[in-house]
Amino acid sequence: MAVKTVDYIYGLYNDEEILLDAVRTANAEHLEIGEVYSPFPVHGLDPLLGLEESRLHIAGFVYGGLGTLTAFLGMTWIFTKDWPIIFGGKPYWSVPAFIPITFELTVLFAAIGMVVSFYIVCGLGPGVKEKTLDDRITDDKFCIAFNKSEVNIDAVNAFFKNTGAEEVNSKSL
Amino acid sequence: MSSPVSAIRPPLVTGHKSYHDITEDLVIGTEKTPTASWVIGLILSVTLLGFGIFCILWTIWNGIGTWNLNRTIGWGWDITNFVWWIGIGHAGTLISAILLLFRQKWRTGVNRAAEAMTIFAVMCAGLFPLIHMGRIWMAMFIFPYVNTRGPLWPNFNSPLLWDVFAISTYFTVSLLFWYTGLVPDFATVRDRAKGFRRKIYSFLSFGWTGSAKHWQRWESLSLILAGIATPLVLSVHTIVSFDFATSVIPGWHTTIFPPYFVAGAVFSGFAMVQTLMIITRKIMKLEDYITIEHIESMNKVIVTTGMIVGVAYLTELFISWYSGYVYEQFAFFNRALGPYYWSYFGMMFCNVVSPLFFFSKKLRRNIQFTFFMSILINIGMWFERFVIIATTLARDYLPSSWSFYVPTWVEIGIYLGTFGLFFTLYLIFVRVAPVVAIAEVKSILKSSGDQYTGGHSDSHSHKAAPAKKKTLVDTAANVVSDSLKKLEGIGPKIEQVLNAGGIYTFEQLSQTSVDKMQSLLDSADGNFKGNSPESWADQARLAADGKWDELKTLQDKLDGGRY
Repeated sequence: MAVKTVDYIYGLYNDEEILLDAVRTANAEHLEIGEVYSPFPVHGLDPLLGLEESRLHIAGFVYGGLGTLTAFLGMTWIFTKDWPIIFGGKPYWSVPAFIPITFELTVLFAAIGMVVSFYIVCGLGPGVKEKTLDDRITDDKFCIAFNKSEVNIDAVNAFFKNTGAEEVNSKSL
Repeated sequence: MSSPVSAIRPPLVTGHKSYHDITEDLVIGTEKTPTASWVIGLILSVTLLGFGIFCILWTIWNGIGTWNLNRTIGWGWDITNFVWWIGIGHAGTLISAILLLFRQKWRTGVNRAAEAMTIFAVMCAGLFPLIHMGRIWMAMFIFPYVNTRGPLWPNFNSPLLWDVFAISTYFTVSLLFWYTGLVPDFATVRDRAKGFRRKIYSFLSFGWTGSAKHWQRWESLSLILAGIATPLVLSVHTIVSFDFATSVIPGWHTTIFPPYFVAGAVFSGFAMVQTLMIITRKIMKLEDYITIEHIESMNKVIVTTGMIVGVAYLTELFISWYSGYVYEQFAFFNRALGPYYWSYFGMMFCNVVSPLFFFSKKLRRNIQFTFFMSILINIGMWFERFVIIATTLARDYLPSSWSFYVPTWVEIGIYLGTFGLFFTLYLIFVRVAPVVAIAEVKSILKSSGDQYTGGHSDSHSHKAAPAKKKTLVDTAANVVSDSLKKLEGIGPKIEQVLNAGGIYTFEQLSQTSVDKMQSLLDSADGNFKGNSPESWADQARLAADGKWDELKTLQDKLDGGRY
C-alpha cells in the first residue's frame, strides 16, 4: 500500500451519546466525517455514518460451504476411489460416519476464513503499526475526525464547539 | 440512543465506575510489578510442570509399560484425565458463545478468563491422547496428510479420529475467538504503555485503532463466531462420548451419552471457572466487575447442569435394569458395589447430591461455600470419568481376565504436570492480558453500571430496603442520579428535561409539585402535551422508598402515567 499522509482535525467527546448527537449534527450541517473512533462499539452509529452492513457473514457462509465440500468430497474420494477399505462390514461410502468430520471442518474453515478475512479487510495484523490520533481513544474518549482537505476548517471548529467536544486537535497520519 | 436499563436486573458493574476507571482497574494487573503471591504461584506451577515433563519423558523413554495399564484395563488415568480436562474446557466457549447469543450481559465479566481457561484446559487434555499412543513421534499419522505410505489414510469412520478433528477444531476456533476479543484490549494496554512495552503491545494489538467500521466488522465477526462455536462446543463432547458410545462395552454402549457428557462438561467447566474466578477476583481486586451476581448466575448453571447429570445417572441405572440385559446390569452393579465402589459413591455425592445445596439463594451467594463446592464438583467429575472408564473395564465379559488398576507414580506425575501447565499458562495470562474484557464491560456500563441502574443492588430481592440516601451532587460535580425513566410516563427526553430542571433522584421528584413539573415540561423544547405528570410524585415516592412491588401495582393501574 502506498503511504500517504492525511491531515486530520479531530474532536474528542466524553460520552457516546454526545458523540451520537454530534454525528447527527454533522450530518445535518453536511460536514463530511472522515472517521469515528471509540473505545467500544457504539450502537446506532453505523446508520448515521452511512456504513453498510458488514458482509463478513456472507464470506463465513462461503468458507463454511468450502469446508463442508472439502471434508465430504475428500472422504468420499479417499474411501471409494483412492483406497477403499471395508470397516466392520459397512459400505465404502458410509455417509453417516462422515458427518462428524464434515461438521468439524465446516466450522473450522468458516472460523479461520472469517478471522483471516476480517484482519485483511480491516488492514490489521501482526506487525501493523497503529495509526492512532489520540491515545485516549482506547480508554474513554470518543473521537470524530475530519479530513482537513475535505472540509471547511472554520465550520468544523464551530461544529466542535457547538456539539460539546472536550478537545480539538490536528494530526497527520 | 440511551441504553435500555432494566428495572429488575441487578447491576453488573458496581462502584460507580466511569469508562476511565474501568480502563485503570482492568489494565493495572498487567502494569504493576508482580506480587509475591504471583511469583510463588508461578514457581510452584513451573515446578509441577517440570515434574510432569519429566514423567512424560520417562514414559516416552521407557515405554508405556511404566504405566499400570494392562490387557484388561487399556484406558486408565490417561483417558480419565483427558476427558476431565476437555470437559473443563467447555465452560469458556459456552460463556462466550452461547451467552452472547442469549444476550446475557453478565458474561462480559468472566468471558475472557473463562476462554483462556478453555484454551489451556484443551492443551492439557490434548497431551494425554498423544502420550498414550506410546509412540508419540508417530502422532502425525492421525492426520490425513499425503504421505509416502500409499498414501495410507486414517479411518474416517472411527470416533477416535472424529475426536482428533473435533478437538483440533475446537482449540483453533476458541483461540481465534479469544484472540480477536483480546485485540481491542491489547490496544488499550498499548496506548497507556511506553517504550519497549508499547512495542510489544503494538505487535499484539495488530494495529487496532477502534474506528467505527472496524468495530462493526468486529461485532459481526464475534456474533458469527459465537453462532458457529455454539454447535461446535456441543459437538466436541458429543464426539468424545462417541469414543465410548460406539463401542460394544456394557455401560458404554448407550445413546444417552452425548447429552449426558455435554451437561457434565458444562457442569465441571463452570466449577473450574468458579474456582479460578473466586481466587482471581480476590487477588486482583475485581469485585466490582465480577460481582456476586456473576457468581450466582454461574451457580445457577451449575445446579441446572448438575441435575441433568443426576438424571442421566439415574436413567442409566433404570435402563440397564429395564433392558433385561445381564451384562449391562452387571456393569452398573459392579460400578456401585464392585472394587471401585468408593469412586461411584464419590461421584454420586459430589455431582448429584451436593449441587442441590445451590437451591438455597443464600448458599448460591456465599463465596466461600461456592469455592468449596467448585472443588467438590471438580473431584466428582473426575470420579465420574474414572467410574466410566477404569471401573467398567476392570470387570469385562470374562471373569478370568478381570483385573484391578492403580496408577503408577508416572501416571500421577503426568496428571500433576498438567496442573502445572494449566496454572503456569493462567498465571502468565493474568500478567499479560486484561483478565476482564475491557471494551465489553464498557459497552454494558450504561445498561448495567450501578449508577445507571439506580444503585439499589437489592431491588430484585423484593425487600423493601430503603433506597440509599444519596447526595445530590458529589465532589467531582458528577450528579448521582436515579433512572427516572423507570417511572411510567417518563421517557428519556422527559428525564433530560427533569434533570435540566435540577431533578435527579426519586426523592427529589417525590417532593416536586405537579405544577412545577408541568411548567418544566411547558418551558422545554419538544412537545410533551401527551404527558401528564400527575402520578409522577407518587411513583417517585414508592421508588425512593424502594417499594418496587407497590410501584409495579400502581403502574399496572396507570395509563401512560395518568390515573
